[in-house]
Amino acid sequence: MELLKADNLVKRFDEVTAVDGVSFSVHRGEIFGFLGPNGAGKTTTINLLTGLARLTSGSVFLEGEEYSAQPKRAQGVMGVVPDESNLYEELDGIENLTFCAALYGMERRRREQRAKGLLEQFGLSETGKRPFRTYSKGMKRKLTIAAGIIHQPKILFLDEPTTGIDVASARQIRSLIVELNRGGTTVFLTTHYIEEAERLCHRIAFIVGGRLVRIGSLEELMKEHQQETVLELAVEMAGSEAAHVLQRRFPRYAVHRSDERHMRVVSADPIDLLPLLGALSEIGASVTEAKLIRPTLEEVFVRVTGIESSLMRQEREGKKK
Amino acid sequence: MSSWTAFQAIVAKDMKTYYLKPPNISWGLIFPFAWMLMFYLRSQTPLDIRELLPGVMAMSILFGTTSMLAVTITFERRSRSFERLLLAPLELSLLMLAKTGGAILFGILNAFVPVLVAAFLVDLSGVSWPAVIGSIFLIAATSTFLGLFISVAVHEVFEAQTFSNFFRFPMLFLCGLFIPIGNLPVYLRPLSYILPLTYGADILKTAINKEGALPPWISFSVLFFFSGVSFFSTYGISNANGCFE
Repeated sequence: MELLKADNLVKRFDEVTAVDGVSFSVHRGEIFGFLGPNGAGKTTTINLLTGLARLTSGSVFLEGEEYSAQPKRAQGVMGVVPDESNLYEELDGIENLTFCAALYGMERRRREQRAKGLLEQFGLSETGKRPFRTYSKGMKRKLTIAAGIIHQPKILFLDEPTTGIDVASARQIRSLIVELNRGGTTVFLTTHYIEEAERLCHRIAFIVGGRLVRIGSLEELMKEHQQETVLELAVEMAGSEAAHVLQRRFPRYAVHRSDERHMRVVSADPIDLLPLLGALSEIGASVTEAKLIRPTLEEVFVRVTGIESSLMRQEREGKKK
Repeated sequence: MSSWTAFQAIVAKDMKTYYLKPPNISWGLIFPFAWMLMFYLRSQTPLDIRELLPGVMAMSILFGTTSMLAVTITFERRSRSFERLLLAPLELSLLMLAKTGGAILFGILNAFVPVLVAAFLVDLSGVSWPAVIGSIFLIAATSTFLGLFISVAVHEVFEAQTFSNFFRFPMLFLCGLFIPIGNLPVYLRPLSYILPLTYGADILKTAINKEGALPPWISFSVLFFFSGVSFFSTYGISNANGCFE
């Protein structure tokens, strides 16, 4: 179940502690999100896990085997896509991919087949013979992801994969990540796009100032911070009377009218829906929609970290520029 | 086998991406011609190409290899494409050998440009080619490892250039190619004997004109020693300090 384990990772650069006692596990087959603002230690953590930077202290394990001192033992089954495309500008798409495949010892015919297959999968077949420097940002990012999975790694590290690219390319990349994960690749994703983490990740860790402040599945994180149950009802022919009727009949709930057609029922305990529907039916109102309102990941992130989501948004806009 | 595939790919990529580019090839052609012309104008005597050949070959290798490797590695570190190599399951020693392999090949090709030109102009019979090839290889190797050392020590491309010159020019004037070591001030002579180029140039002089001052076996041994020491000390420094982090 556990593919990768980080145990008490510490990384110091002179006086600065970039990663401070970070521990977590990544389960096989999941998309694990690492969410935090710029400078939180996301990239440094990836560098420590992939052997690009040395640990000041702590241990890393892959499939139960420690590789802290000998990262080369693990690098063969890892794929890494950095936050900036780092392929060779002079080489074309196919050359870049076959070169990356050769670094993992793949024989010529297999690397050529794999490169062509990936270019097709990533919608880059027509640009395979063009130098990398002529690619758009989105195309560059896609080819960099293709290079990261050319050797079919067990775990793929994606550092801010959609930062700084256009909306259409970002959507495509998110779909590709889901597709790769469905194909069996475990994904370690760092992002400061809260919505991206919410949409893609099975489990999420919040990192701030080099420290891991919370970790869990989306449901667990939400549940932890859901202090009350909020039920929103869309009601036809309700008038203002329906909300009053419900409030009178169910005093243990707080009932608020949101607009002409919607009302919210709030309770500290779970809400029983059927009696509410019955009461509304008695006064001739019909319920067309009922949904539980959950706190968003953004709200949870703000509560846990104390960092306003607007700050994260500003940072990513800044990074785009 | 898989490491060999990666090694070949890195050498081939570097040759294609950096070394076999028109500006570098033209550097290999123009540089020897410029030096030959300079000496011809200075001496005001009929040009003895065969006498100039060892110096021009040694310089072509030295200038071609030291800065090229230092600049390409520094450039790749700046553009982060070097990370791609560090993330591959290749031992650092093999990666360093692969990166230097392309530069050594380039240095060897550079050295043969003046040889080819000279072959059309003068009689090169009597030259000991095994000694020439051996010394070309070892000068290229020691110069390249010097470039590797520079790439570990600097962070910017311009620093790599400056640092290369800091080593290259003193080497050029102290190695006995243009000023015989015996004519140098006494206090500078020991410096000449700690420069690998002194021994490479001496082998070339012996092999081409039979004018060397040292027995070739001593020069070859010293060059092997320099190659080993410079490679393994650079490897040791980068491995211990994480210079490529």
